[in-house]
Amino acid sequence: MTAQMTTGRMADVRLESVSKAFETPGGDVVAMAGVSLTIASGEFVAVVGASGCGKSTLLRILAGFERATDGVVEVGGAPVTGPGPGRGVVFQDYGLFPWLTVRENVAYGPARKKLPKEEVHAVADRFIAAVGLTRFAGKYPAQLSGGMQQRVAIARVLANDPSLLLMDEPFGALDALTRSDLQTELKRIHAETRTTVVFVTHSIEEAVYLADRVVVMTGGASHGVPGHVSRVVPVELADRDVTAPAFNAVKREIAELVHAAPAGV
Amino acid sequence: MARTVLLGLPVPILFLLFWHVGRQQEWELPFGIRMGFLPLPGDVAVSLWDYAFGGINDDAFSQLLWTDLSASALRVVSGFALATAIGVPLGIVMGRFRTAFALFDPIINLFRPIPATAWVPLVALLIGYGDQASIFLITLSAFFPIVLGTISGARQVPERLLEAARMLGTSGAGTLLRVVLPAAAPSIVNGMRVGLGLAWVILVLSETTGVPTGLGSTIFLARDVVRTDLIVVGMICIAIAGFLSDRLLLLVFRLVFRDRPLIK
Repeated sequence: MTAQMTTGRMADVRLESVSKAFETPGGDVVAMAGVSLTIASGEFVAVVGASGCGKSTLLRILAGFERATDGVVEVGGAPVTGPGPGRGVVFQDYGLFPWLTVRENVAYGPARKKLPKEEVHAVADRFIAAVGLTRFAGKYPAQLSGGMQQRVAIARVLANDPSLLLMDEPFGALDALTRSDLQTELKRIHAETRTTVVFVTHSIEEAVYLADRVVVMTGGASHGVPGHVSRVVPVELADRDVTAPAFNAVKREIAELVHAAPAGV
Repeated sequence: MARTVLLGLPVPILFLLFWHVGRQQEWELPFGIRMGFLPLPGDVAVSLWDYAFGGINDDAFSQLLWTDLSASALRVVSGFALATAIGVPLGIVMGRFRTAFALFDPIINLFRPIPATAWVPLVALLIGYGDQASIFLITLSAFFPIVLGTISGARQVPERLLEAARMLGTSGAGTLLRVVLPAAAPSIVNGMRVGLGLAWVILVLSETTGVPTGLGSTIFLARDVVRTDLIVVGMICIAIAGFLSDRLLLLVFRLVFRDRPLIK
């Protein structure tokens, strides 16, 4: 990672009594209710919880892909009304444009901002270098491994200089080694850009390793209780050694919360 | 590869042999086909040469191929281009917007089964005879496969790619050009290939509208002067032109797309 990397514009996130209901043939299903959460600029927040707890829904609402049924959703003081370049999303299945090269994928956002061509190329090349893919800049996504594709996807959103980085189980489809490489890399990128990150994951270890705070969600349609935030656990470990007893203690605390029966809302 | 090429040879050779012998023996086939009325394959080859380069019969048809071919190709290309220019944008909008689909789908399905043959008398009265009528019939025929191919491609665009484009700062309308069009490209290309093929199929019919030159109009002229050899020559030329234009279309796509994975 180079020192000249652009620093994302800072924005805090405010969720106030957010709920989301989906229309189904059998009537409305409340996927998520009463979610209130504030995230400071530059903070790295992980969201964990069992399947169906609404963590991905929460992320999609922040991205603007879904509208909250009720409540306040603000990023940087402005209500979220739809997707936009200020909120970059990294998907589990990458979502790269198959017909564009690595360089064109990364340049996609800057090019939409109508910057001069040279600047677009410079930004793209800088972020491709930042994820170590300079040699592959001319390749198409299908020619790359899953881990490399996810690096491209990360470079693509960072090149757009987002104030908020939303990651939806981004490393869930990768093998363990690639996954741990990318975790280290993401941690370094966050340390350098200080972009606010909301990171949804199934893995408690990943959450504790990466995040400043871990949001634990429980409930969900299958529990008969809408998904909700059960606890926000700050991770105050100076050293994130995954084998350290202190690290395991935090992991255990969160695991107990994840598996506890959801309280009625 | 060489094996497939070799395997392609025996059946056409047997066909030519059957044609030659059947003509000499004046065989009668089912459907009342009187092979005695056919030209000999050899005579067709000679007529084809004369039609292209002259120097044998030196009649009204000598060396006419290039004039006919360019006139016909121009009609096919004009009709095909027009059908593409209407079919692709309409297909994209219909594939993405339920309202647009609901508006246009009924009329498309109503008009689609009407064969071009049935249009000819009406076109003759409405447009009259000439290039415009011919190009109209070709456009009409090529339009349906192109619009239907585009609709099906536009519907299958992965939602994820639309989300990716939106969160990177593309407007809703912008995604039609930047995501839907490239993602639907394989289906659009297929539709265009079928459309171009149909354009050549309809060509002969479209040239019954009294245009002076063209492969189709030469076939009808040859019938009027009872030159079966020339009728077959015209048929062969259309077959070759149709085949080559499909190759040419693919070549154009390859040149434009290069190694970009847009055609499956």
